Amino acid sequence: MTVFIIRRLMQSVLVVFVMSFLVFGGVNLVGDPVEMMVSDEADQEERERVIRSMGLDKPWYVQYGLFVANAAQGDLGKSFVYGEQALGIIVQRMPATFELALAALLMAIVIGIPLGVYSGLNSESRFSKVIMAGSILGFSLPTFWVGLMFIMVFAVMLGWLPSTGRGETVELLGINVSFLTTNGLSHLILPAVNLALFKISLVIRLARAGTREIVHMDFIKFARAKGLSTQRVIMVHLMKNIMIPVVTVLGLEFGGLIAFSVVTETVFAWPGMGKLIIDSIQGLDRPVIVAYLMIIVLVFVVINLVVDVLYSILDPRVRIQDVKG
Amino acid sequence: MQIRKTLVLAAAAAAVSFAPQAYAQTLTIGLGTEPTSIDPHYHNLGPNNQIAQHFFSRLIEQDHKQNLSPGLATSWKATDDTTWEFKLRKGVKFHDGSDFNADDVLFSMHRGGNHPNAKSSFGLYTKGKTFTKVDDYTVLVTTAKPYPLMPVDLSSVHIVSDQEKDKWEGEYNNGKSAHGTGPYKLVKWVKGEVLEMVRYDGYHGAKPHWKRVVIKPINSAPSRLAALLSGDVDFIDQVPTVDIARLKKNAKVELSQGVSNRIIYLHMDQYRDNPQYMKSHDGKPLTKNPMKDVRVRKAISMAISRDLIVDRVMEGVAIPAGQLLPEGFFGRSSKLMVQKYDPEGAKKLLAEAGYPNGFQATLHGPNNRYINDAKIVEAIAQMLTRIGIKTTPDTMPKSVFFKRGKNKGPAKPAEWNFQLVGWGSSTGEPSSPLRSLLGTYDKTKGWGSSNRGLHSNPVMDKILDEALATVDDTKRAALLAKATEIGVGEDQGIVPLHYQVNTWAGKKGLTFKARTDERTVAYDVVPN
Repeated sequence: MTVFIIRRLMQSVLVVFVMSFLVFGGVNLVGDPVEMMVSDEADQEERERVIRSMGLDKPWYVQYGLFVANAAQGDLGKSFVYGEQALGIIVQRMPATFELALAALLMAIVIGIPLGVYSGLNSESRFSKVIMAGSILGFSLPTFWVGLMFIMVFAVMLGWLPSTGRGETVELLGINVSFLTTNGLSHLILPAVNLALFKISLVIRLARAGTREIVHMDFIKFARAKGLSTQRVIMVHLMKNIMIPVVTVLGLEFGGLIAFSVVTETVFAWPGMGKLIIDSIQGLDRPVIVAYLMIIVLVFVVINLVVDVLYSILDPRVRIQDVKG
Repeated sequence: MQIRKTLVLAAAAAAVSFAPQAYAQTLTIGLGTEPTSIDPHYHNLGPNNQIAQHFFSRLIEQDHKQNLSPGLATSWKATDDTTWEFKLRKGVKFHDGSDFNADDVLFSMHRGGNHPNAKSSFGLYTKGKTFTKVDDYTVLVTTAKPYPLMPVDLSSVHIVSDQEKDKWEGEYNNGKSAHGTGPYKLVKWVKGEVLEMVRYDGYHGAKPHWKRVVIKPINSAPSRLAALLSGDVDFIDQVPTVDIARLKKNAKVELSQGVSNRIIYLHMDQYRDNPQYMKSHDGKPLTKNPMKDVRVRKAISMAISRDLIVDRVMEGVAIPAGQLLPEGFFGRSSKLMVQKYDPEGAKKLLAEAGYPNGFQATLHGPNNRYINDAKIVEAIAQMLTRIGIKTTPDTMPKSVFFKRGKNKGPAKPAEWNFQLVGWGSSTGEPSSPLRSLLGTYDKTKGWGSSNRGLHSNPVMDKILDEALATVDDTKRAALLAKATEIGVGEDQGIVPLHYQVNTWAGKKGLTFKARTDERTVAYDVVPN
């Protein structure tokens, strides 16, 4: 297991390196950051000064060489726009995004699994049909529209919840979190539900499909025959088996929640990384784009690793093997 | 479920109970564009300058119509052709308690022009000027040549304290060095989240109404509007044109509108002989560039119905343009009128120029830079197609558009032959657009840096040169008007379309003096 993890981490270093090259090359193909940055009225001399100050007067391969040399020492470059360390800016935004993503993930699990299992066990009941119809809506409604509707209904018309932004934060283990204050929690609800809607639907479908398949299996019948309570059959024997696909998908989706909650963060003006990356792409803030994508690659690698480890815990038949080559 | 419901109710109750008492003293603004730094010399850009002017004062202030008024300088005059004398205000203190005097002015002017990390520096306004201290409250500024734009230039540079030597944007952003003499003091800035300030009671000017100002960056327009409607913010900027009609009917909202100094216009390639985005009417390569012919440029202008664009595309929220700056600005021409829509006349001119069947062209434009930019491009393409110039609209995000639309001198002209762009005159007079958009490209003089069509007319250049060396206001205004009449009028070097009108919205009872420089300034929001 340890060897497996070490090998996986080493592979991920390679992935990150390849990624840095692709992203760096890619962002250098589009647009001119100087045009995004300077005042309209700047004359030719001023433009040249800005180009030099950002190191853009050098050929791209020299720029990339410098970037790699600095990155090896943990310096991913300074943001063109803010003039501060790109990594620092991203890390500063991380707690907000993680908070939102975790809240959404939690909702997906807490709401999605019970509903999915219920409708899998009682597939003909009316409530089950309502759940399935609801999950289709959750799948197909565009996030930005739902987000705006939430704001319209709950903030503008009913006035129950704040429309945008992140609420009061308190420090927990050195990280600013908002879910511990009433104000912060009230700000968190709408964006988290908005982000969770799709995931809840996804989990409902996975859990339902799994349940319907497994409920007819021999070991379930045997467990029943043995005289185990329905509760125990469902909670232990059934649950463990439907969790494998759910964990895989949720793991990957969690990465997506962190990396690409762009729409929700923009609609709710949530000060997270998704909003940062969109602003950076629009403003052609190359160092931030590159640093961000590299961090996201790392996040995905780590999540995949965690998912693999979880597998072996959930299903003893799965043995983590050291993949050679 | 029960717990969540209780929390929601608690939150709602908290919001309700806090709101009334805080309202009279605190203004919460939903801002469309966040600054990139609090350092007033880091980035010479609207969103930064609008925030900087809350914390820092300038020698000369610009009011909401960009008229100059005394700031940290109580008076200024040209003592001879090349020397200006500024008398400074006495008894002014910075937020940290230190005194303001001539040393701070000298320091700020140097810092503004030489900030090592500046993304767009204020060197534009300080270069070529020598600042000397006569006494603690008198500063002399000398230039090599007569320089009439001195007061305007110095009204763009914020004054910081010389106590803060070797402190750069980092120290300003975290509030350690952000000490100015402006009406507000920085409390905290969390990027992307909140910018908070409190009133500075030692301010030398009129006392602002709000004790506390909280600025929340909300760059998605519908969300910003929703935040206003739900009462989370009191005031927002950049109200989208599509929502204006509906908001006017809303009794809880008050709109403030005003024309800006930003003109939207077309550049036409007047340099290349083989323009790559133009073809003859039957799709063959052109042997010469039609846009080099002034009759074709005039025909383009006549074929565009500005009234229709303003009425339909801009929902009435824009003003048709016939020159570089809207009414009320210094140095405007009284002769230039908005071009009348005249498709028949345009066809005639095209035929005279040798294009009775027109030609094919592509009109390029950004789709996320100016108000409704992509829709304007599409409308114009249809109007031009009607007179025979078969025009294909092509719009793209600004990050891609501007790189390819930029001219880097005659050796590397802009890729587009025909493009829609905008220009805001931060100086509030036409010399900046004349120099940058219509002046012959000249790197050493700093002219023509945004002359994307590489238009050139030595006669206009000469008049502009003369204007830029004329200290007498009346004479200079006349020369600038004359230069505009040649560049925009006779030559049709660019085709002006309209001046943007900006809209702000606040809760009922809040009014704002709409600013021509498009800035959102908390102390200009007042309860009525």
